[in-house]
Parts: sequence; C-alpha cells; structure tokens
Amino acid sequence: MKNVTIPYFQHVIVSGIIALIGIWVTFISYTQQPSEAFLFPRLISSIFAALAIWTFIKALLKKTKIGNGMSYNNFLKLLPGLIVMITFIFFAAKAVGFYTSSSFTVFIIISFYDRRSHYELKSWFKRGLITLGYFFILYGLFAILLKVYTPNELFF
Amino acid sequence: MEFLFYFGDVFSPISFALLVLGTVGGLILGATPGLSPTMAVALLIPFTFHLQPVQGLILLGAAYTSTVAGGAVSAILLKIPGAPANIATTLDGHAMAKQGKGARALQLSFLASAIGGVFGVLLLIFLTPVLAQWALAFGPSHLFWLAILGVTIIGSLDSNSLVKGLLSGCIGLWLATIGFDDIMGAQRFIFHSSLSGGINIIAALIGLFAIPQVLMMFSKGRSFDDLVVVEVEKHSIISSVYELFSRIRALVIGTFTGSIIGLIPGVGGQIAGLVAYDQTKKFSPERSKFGKGHSEGIIAAESANNAMVGPSLVPLLTLSIPGSPTAAVLLGGLLIHGIFPGTDLFDNHPDVAWTFINSMLIGQILMCLFGLYVAGLAARVAQVPNNVMAAIVLALAVFGSYSVQSSMGDVYVMASLGIMMYFLERFGFSAAPLVLGLILGPIAEANFIQGNMIAQASDGLFNYFFLGPLNLILISIVILSILYSALMEIRSLYSQKKEEI
Repeated sequence: MKNVTIPYFQHVIVSGIIALIGIWVTFISYTQQPSEAFLFPRLISSIFAALAIWTFIKALLKKTKIGNGMSYNNFLKLLPGLIVMITFIFFAAKAVGFYTSSSFTVFIIISFYDRRSHYELKSWFKRGLITLGYFFILYGLFAILLKVYTPNELFF
Repeated sequence: MEFLFYFGDVFSPISFALLVLGTVGGLILGATPGLSPTMAVALLIPFTFHLQPVQGLILLGAAYTSTVAGGAVSAILLKIPGAPANIATTLDGHAMAKQGKGARALQLSFLASAIGGVFGVLLLIFLTPVLAQWALAFGPSHLFWLAILGVTIIGSLDSNSLVKGLLSGCIGLWLATIGFDDIMGAQRFIFHSSLSGGINIIAALIGLFAIPQVLMMFSKGRSFDDLVVVEVEKHSIISSVYELFSRIRALVIGTFTGSIIGLIPGVGGQIAGLVAYDQTKKFSPERSKFGKGHSEGIIAAESANNAMVGPSLVPLLTLSIPGSPTAAVLLGGLLIHGIFPGTDLFDNHPDVAWTFINSMLIGQILMCLFGLYVAGLAARVAQVPNNVMAAIVLALAVFGSYSVQSSMGDVYVMASLGIMMYFLERFGFSAAPLVLGLILGPIAEANFIQGNMIAQASDGLFNYFFLGPLNLILISIVILSILYSALMEIRSLYSQKKEEI
C-alpha cells in the first residue's frame, strides 16, 4: 500500500459509484418494457457504462491525473453550510414558507461564515441588518412587484 | 438586410429599459468574482417568465454581453478576474492600475470590448441567415449527429479529461431521458415522484451552475482575502480612443481571434482572451512590456473575449449547438419560451430573432458607455464577502427553480444536481458537457427515433445513419474532435513526464 493517498481512494470510490450507476442504468434500459421506449436510453447507457468502467479502472490503476479530490479540512468547512442548505431546501422552505425560511438561512449562513468576532454586538447588529435588507428587497421584488409564486406554507 | 426592419423594436420603451437593466446589472454581476456569466444568465432566466419572449431574450443577451465585459473591472481594480474570460486582462490591467493608470485601463478595456463585440455581432447578423437556410437540408439523421456533435465537442474541448468530459455528456444525455417517453408514454427511470415530469432544464441549469459556486464559497470557511480596490483617477476618454487606434494591431488580432474561436462550438471566452493575448505578444515589437502594464495586452484580451460572444450564438441560433456554456443556458431560455433555433426561428419568429440580435448590437455600445460610469460601483459590489454572496445566491437559486412550474420537485432536483456536480467537479468532471447533454438529449432522441422509423421503411439503419456526405462529414468532425483532445492529453502527459525526468 505504498504511496496510497486519500485522493486515490476518493477517486476509486467516486468512479466506482458512477460505474455502478452506469451498469444499473444499462441493466434497466435492456430489461424494461416496452423496448421501443428504451431504444435511445440503451444506446446512451451502453456508452455511459463503458466510459464509467474505463474511468473506474483508470482510478484503480492510479492513472487518474485530473481532480484533486476533497481535503478533510475543506469538507469540515463546507459541512455546516451544506447542512443548513439541505435543511432549508428539503424541509424548511415547504414547512415554513420561502421568505421566512430563506431569511433564517441567510442569517445563519452569514453569521456562521462571518470572519468577524461572534462576541461583538456590533457585528451581530450588522448581520441582522443585512438579513432584514435581504428580506425586504426580496419580498418587495418578488411578492409585491413581480407577484411570483414561492413556496408558501405556515408563514409567508 | 432583413435585420434593419426590426431595429426600431429595440427602442420600444420596455425593450430598451430591459436592455439598459440587463447591461448595467450584467456589468455589476460580471465584476463580482464567483458569479460567472453562465451562472448570472441561469439565475436571470426565471425573471423572464413574465416577459414576452423577445423581451426575455433581450434581458438575457444584454446580461451575457456585459457580464463578460464587467469581469474586466475586478480584473483591473482587484486583480481577480470576474469570469474565466478575463484572466488575460488581469496580467496587464492590474499592473496598469497599480501604476495609477486604472481609469485608462478601464477605458481601453470597455472601448476594445465594444469594438470586438460589435464586430462579433455583425458576424452573427451576416452568417446566421445563410447557415439557417443551409440547415434546411438537414434530415433526422443529420440532426441526431449534430446533437451528438454538440455534446462531444464540448465534452472533449471544455474538459481537462477527455473520458470524463464525454462521460459527463453521457450522464447529461441519460438524465434527459428521465420521465415519460414521448411516443409510447412509458415511464423511464422515475425513481421519485418529483422526476415524473422529467428533469426541468432551467432548474437543472441553476443547480449545476449556481449550487457548486455556493458550496465552493462555503468550503473557504471564514477566511476570505481582503480585496483592495485600486483607486481610479480621472483620465480623458479622447486620449484613450486615440491610444486604442494607435494600438490597432492588438485590436485586430484580438477581434479576429475572438470571432474565430467563438464560431467553434465548445471553446469559451477564456481561451479567446488567452490566445489573443499570446498572439498579440508574439507579433508585438514591445513584447518585453507585456505583463507589466502594457495597453496592448488589455486591448487584445478584451476585444477577443467580447468578439467571441456574437459568433458563439451562430451555431446556437442555426443548428441548436451552443458555442459556449453561457450560450447553452441561452438555449434553455429560448426553449422555455417555445422558440426553437434554426429555420423555425428565422421563418416563424423573425421579429424575435432580429430584435434580439439587434439588441446585442446596441447592447455593446451601451455596455461601453455605462461601463465607464459604473466601473467604480461595480468594483465596490465585487467586495461583497463570500458569506453574504453565498447566502443570496442560494436563496435566488431556490426561488428561480421553484418559479419555473411552482413545484418543490424542481427545487429538489436543482439541489440534488448541484450538490452532485460540486463533488464531481472535485474529481475532474465538468458541468458544461452535462448541461449540453441535458439540453440536446431530447433533440437527439426525437431525431434518432424518427430516423429509425425512416430507416426501417427504406434502406436500413446503417445506410441511413452512417452513409451520405452530410452524415459522413458530421461523424468525421465528431471523431476528429475526440482524436484532437486525446492527442492534446497525450502531449500534455508526455511533457509532464519529460519535466519530471
């Protein structure tokens, strides 16, 4: 296991997942009926699976030259934002309405990723002001001026 | 000269107001690092739903043109290219700004952009109708190969890895088959109820271009660079105009290089700017001054990246093959308004086609005029911290994808594709071929099925799809583009190994 680095394993895992999806899509294309509806998917999925397996074998043989993968540090920095984003999109937007949930999301993201001190009252005031500004501009533009539909549930 | 009949339509109050709005907004968005022209146009598409098709296209076209030029502001004043197309501008632009010649650099950049842009749009005006008539000779087999050509060219040229580029294109083509089949009405790959209507192109475009940028900003954490805006002094525009024409060689090389590169599907503004910069440097007697604040560097790079804009729409408006990722997003904008590129556009909607193209011509001049005035403001906007930018783009992405069909399913698809693309990009995959596959997939499939029926009733599948001069030309270009990219990859590997030795 000499010279085996994290990007190597990451490349193998990612290309392996893509190869599995390619094989699975090809299997479905060739087994589902009516066959006429799967004519084009068969053509595409066969090439998809072939290229995906090629990529996987290249990764396995350490021949992959492109892509630096993801470092543990970067992933740790990304994770809180990703969790907030998933919560906003998959749960909060529908449950509490677009404007309320997006305002909370904006506030959480700008607060968490703000490099200014979290112990300063002034910086919290600034974050609150930005969120309020965001809320009034978006609500004014979309709800009042353009009258565009947004996810609209408990609140607004 | 049909385009002259529709010139007046650009100046109708709403159309002109949208042109000004798109130009000014595009300049500011373009100057903002992290907001690429493609992403800016994708986020703008939902705003066009309530507009007439021509008005929507005017807004998108103006944003496309001015985001490319606006990127020069942050390249010159902040040393951060607003878009990949402005990388070459940074080399001499920021050096000039640091020498106290920021205003001169900005003026030269906008003047060169306008001249390059006008030339590019004139090329679009005169080439498009000819090619659109030529496209009439295309049958289903040719249209199938054209769609495949679009995906393979972008897959092979826009990606760092040929196999991964082609694989991204295949993933896009497969994603396009999700939903109900048009002929048999059969369900295909519907794993979740939100996929029953297929993947909505606009939601997918927003997800694929905006969400990876948001996640990239998150991954930088709390640290972000202190951006220092170089102060701009007053400078006479007349002397800049004089300087521009005294550097005519750089202007000509930039404009021609950008126009030719724009015509090649899949090759973006980034390459246009860098190639023009390199060529101008080679032909310049003052090549030692390049990189140290030489005006020829700015003129060449900026005239090239804006000259690319018009020609990149030629293959899009005639053959449905976008010349750049941003043109691919524009194709999505056309399709949602029920307008199909090619002869349909010029025969059935000449008012839409020509007003849109004319607006791009006027837009180049407006972009130059406004650019000189809003550059300072745009540079200040470019200082908006990552955390604020990420939060706002995320909210706009959710709003944009929901407003397409008022469906949360589209929002889920947008987010899932965006998160997937962020991780795939870390491993050398590219969004552009995937988007092309998604957009051109339905065109490829419809013509494949139609061609298959014709082939069965006539001289067989092989003869219909693989023989005939036009089929052979298109297949040859597909193979050549793949071979060219493979050769380039082998050459770069060889030179890497040589360096290691």
